[in-house]
This record gives sequence, C-alpha cells and structure tokens, in this order.
Amino acid sequence: MNFFDTLVSRQDMIQTAFLEHIYLSFVAVAIGIAIALPTGILIARYRRFAEPIIAVTAIFQTIPSLALFGFLVPLLGIGSPTALIALIIYALLPILRNTYTGITGVDGSVIEAGRGMGMTRTQILRQIELPLALPFIMAGIRTATVLTVGIATLATFVGAGGLGDIIYRGLQSYNNSLVLAGALPVALLAIGFDLILKWIEKRTTPKGLKL
Amino acid sequence: MIRFEGVTKQFPDGTEALKKVSLTFPSHQLTAIIGPSGCGKTTLMKMVNKLEKPTQGEIYIDEKPITDLEEVELRRKIGYVIQRIGLFPHMTIKENASLVPKLLGWPKEKTASRIQELMELTGLDPDTYLERYPLELSGGQQQRVGVVRALAGDPNIILMDEPFSALDPISREQLQDELRNLQQTIQKTIVFVTHDMDEALKIADTIVVMRKGQVEQIGSPAEILGNPANDFVRSFIGVERIQRQRPFGDKSLSEFIGLFKTEGTGSAHEVSGSLTVKEAFEVLEQSGQTHLAIRLGESRHVYAGERELLKAALAKEEGELV
Repeated sequence: MNFFDTLVSRQDMIQTAFLEHIYLSFVAVAIGIAIALPTGILIARYRRFAEPIIAVTAIFQTIPSLALFGFLVPLLGIGSPTALIALIIYALLPILRNTYTGITGVDGSVIEAGRGMGMTRTQILRQIELPLALPFIMAGIRTATVLTVGIATLATFVGAGGLGDIIYRGLQSYNNSLVLAGALPVALLAIGFDLILKWIEKRTTPKGLKL
Repeated sequence: MIRFEGVTKQFPDGTEALKKVSLTFPSHQLTAIIGPSGCGKTTLMKMVNKLEKPTQGEIYIDEKPITDLEEVELRRKIGYVIQRIGLFPHMTIKENASLVPKLLGWPKEKTASRIQELMELTGLDPDTYLERYPLELSGGQQQRVGVVRALAGDPNIILMDEPFSALDPISREQLQDELRNLQQTIQKTIVFVTHDMDEALKIADTIVVMRKGQVEQIGSPAEILGNPANDFVRSFIGVERIQRQRPFGDKSLSEFIGLFKTEGTGSAHEVSGSLTVKEAFEVLEQSGQTHLAIRLGESRHVYAGERELLKAALAKEEGELV
C-alpha cells in the first residue's frame, strides 16, 4: 500500500491522533509556562536559589525520555495525566532558564535608574525587566514547544495517544507508509508551532531594541 | 537644604565607606563632591535618596530626618542622573521623560507641557526627539534626556553621579556649560559627584573634597584653589594648576574679554580693563557687589563675577580655558 492510500484509508485515525498530539503538547507547554515563568521571575529576584533550582530541572532533562515515561507508569498509572507530567518536566528547563537569563541580563544601569526614580520592585519588574526580557522568554517557550511536540510521540507508550500511536503501529506491522503518516505530521506540527512562535517573538521584541 | 550629621557607613564586609561625616548642602546651589575613587563620594550621594542607608548618623532634608520618609515617595521627589545614563531602551524619549510625573499621578497635559518645556531648555527639539528611542540618540543627547527625566517631576533636589564622565570631551564640555546655564534658571539644590577637578571648578558653587570616607575641605572653587587645606587637597587640585594661577593673575582683564558676560545682572562696580585679574578679585571683594562692570571703551562694558574672574585666572592663554 502506498503512502497516499494509507493517508486516505486511515484518515480518521490520523486525524484523532493529530488532535490528541496537539492537545498533549499545548497543555504541557501551557502548564510548563505557568510553572516555569513565575519560578524564573522568583529565582531572578532571590538569586541564591537560582543555581540549585535550574540544576534540578537540568537533571530532569538528562533522563532519557523513554525511561521517564516508563518510570512514571508504576507511580501514576497509564493515561494522559502521566504523559502530560513527563512532557511538562521536559518543558520546564528551557522556559525557566531563559526567563532567568533574560531578567538577570537586563542592564544594571536601567534598574538603578528605575530604583533611583522611585519605582517599586513590582513596577520595575512589570515595566522594565519583563518587557526587556520578553524576547528571551519567548525564545525559551519556542524551544520548549518544539521539544515537547517531538517527545509527545512517546506518549503512546503510556496509553495517552497522539501521533506516536500511528508510528508505533506502523513499526509493529512493518508498514513504512504508516510510520511516515505519523512522523510527517509531527514534523509539520513542530515546524508550524515554531513559525508561529517566531512571529510572536518578533512581535514582542520592544521596538526600541530593534534599532 | 540637606544636612548630614555624624554619618557612618560600614559595608557588610567591614570596610568603612564613610566615617562620621557631617556637612550641609545649601539649597539652590550646586555642590560638587570630589575625591579619588573609593573615597565614599557616591555612597554619600546615594544616601540622600536612600539607595544607601547609614550605619550610624542621620540625614535631614529641610531639617526633617529622612528615616521618617518612605523611600519610594522620597525618591520620586529627588531627581537622579547616573553616569551610565540608564534610559529605558524599550520606551520612547517621551515615555522615558514622563516616568516620574506618571508615578506621581500628574495629569497628562501637565506632564506633556512640562516635558516640552524641559526639552527646549536642554536644547533638544521636542518634535524631532520625543517619539524616538534612546538607541537612536548620541551619548550626549541621551544624557540630556537623562537630565530632562530627572527634572520632569519638578524635584527640589537633584543627584548627579558623574553624569558626564562617560561622554566624549566635546559633549562633556557642552553639557557642563549647559548645566551651569540651566542651574541659573532652575535654581535647584544639586549634589554632583565627580572625580574631575576641572569639572568641579567649572560648575560648582561649593566643592567638597573627600578622601577615605572623610571630608578634607569644603569651600568655593576660589577658596579651594587659593587656600588648599592640606597636602592632599593641594595634590588633588594639581600643583601645576596652582602655579599656573599666579602669572595669569598678573595679566590685565582686557585680555580675557571672551570669558566675561556681555550683559550685567543687578548692580555692578565699574572698573577699568587695565586692572589685573588679581587686583580685580580684591576690588570685587571690597565693593561688596556680585559683579564688576569692566569698561572697555566709550560706554562699552563686559561683566564679570567671581566665577568669571576665576576662569580668567585659570586661563592658559588669552581666552582659552585650562
């Protein structure tokens, strides 16, 4: 059976898997942002906690993804919550590190000027540090998203669906067309997300910095 | 008026940046704090807006101890200009300059007209610059905006931390002259930190010379030059500069016309242009007036106060500044 016939005959299955895949990636990145962004802001303020916390997320990153999924199953059972937790763990590091680097990289003279003019810490964070760190933060989110879309193919091993289902099925039945029908959408999804986020990244770069 | 009383600052590592400093910054005057690096001059200045806090002692603004004042409120009422300028790169010049008025909750129209006025006062055309971003401006222009931003909230006190030392020599000279002229219009209490004696002599009403956390001498530029309190002050001014002062004190006033003002202010004592600079100092002091009217010909006069005479005394060649 050639590739296009596979696409047509397995249309429904591919479509479901595609939507599951988007759901997994999107929710994982969203929760990843919700955790890593505030943490990044906090460790930029209380710097002595920065190294240990970044180190912990970096250790998570070094666990092979297949092993992490396997490790979580006995603890959390199978299903999408398990997959999501694993994906979130992978999304943390790039967002956390870029938020931290972005904020700590803001020119000290700008902060001093703000303080000297009577801005409160919150005003400095919201009006100076975050706008100036935004391009970095967006770059971190971009990395995390592309990474997550890729790793989400492993969600199939914990029964959470996604395009990994198609690939795995193809591999088991020696059906290369089916493997391709799963892998190609993953690649397109990663590229698509990346382009959208790149566009957002450009839009969020303050005008005064693009000179 | 800002008054320091027995202020000591000890950093956590044990170094003493200031040792029991007591001094007064008079209102409506520009006081320069000068000294070698590490003498505590910046720490002293930063205590006025609570960026640094004394370990001991108290600071009073108009006789109110600043420990009673809320730091954010206090800082909004004090202008602040720093060496590295520190304009917000993501905000336009207008947004940068409007920041303190915004924090103070001024109405938009009041802020806009104030910024407009200050831009013109500092020689920046509002129509050209207000909508630009800091990175589009030269260093000198950026620091002019820095000054506008510090003045925007109409503070009585302005702190300037080596504001011109990162600029090229030409911009630096220009901004020093402009600050001097500006100060005659706005009459703020300015605390100006510098390590450059030429700068201090040129712009200050009073100079505070510091070393190792202590005040070595306080006086007008003429007093510091003419009567250095000790060897440290003498060497800091530069022996060369003191010696240079002598021969030129003997030159006649008419050689320095370019340094004097063409318009008189208030009452002035009339003298002949053939008077030497040294004699002119004495005449000015005895006359009790603020200025001398120097007669150059039939009803043509130029005017010189203490500052202009000092410039003449320091001038290397005719009309040229040291």
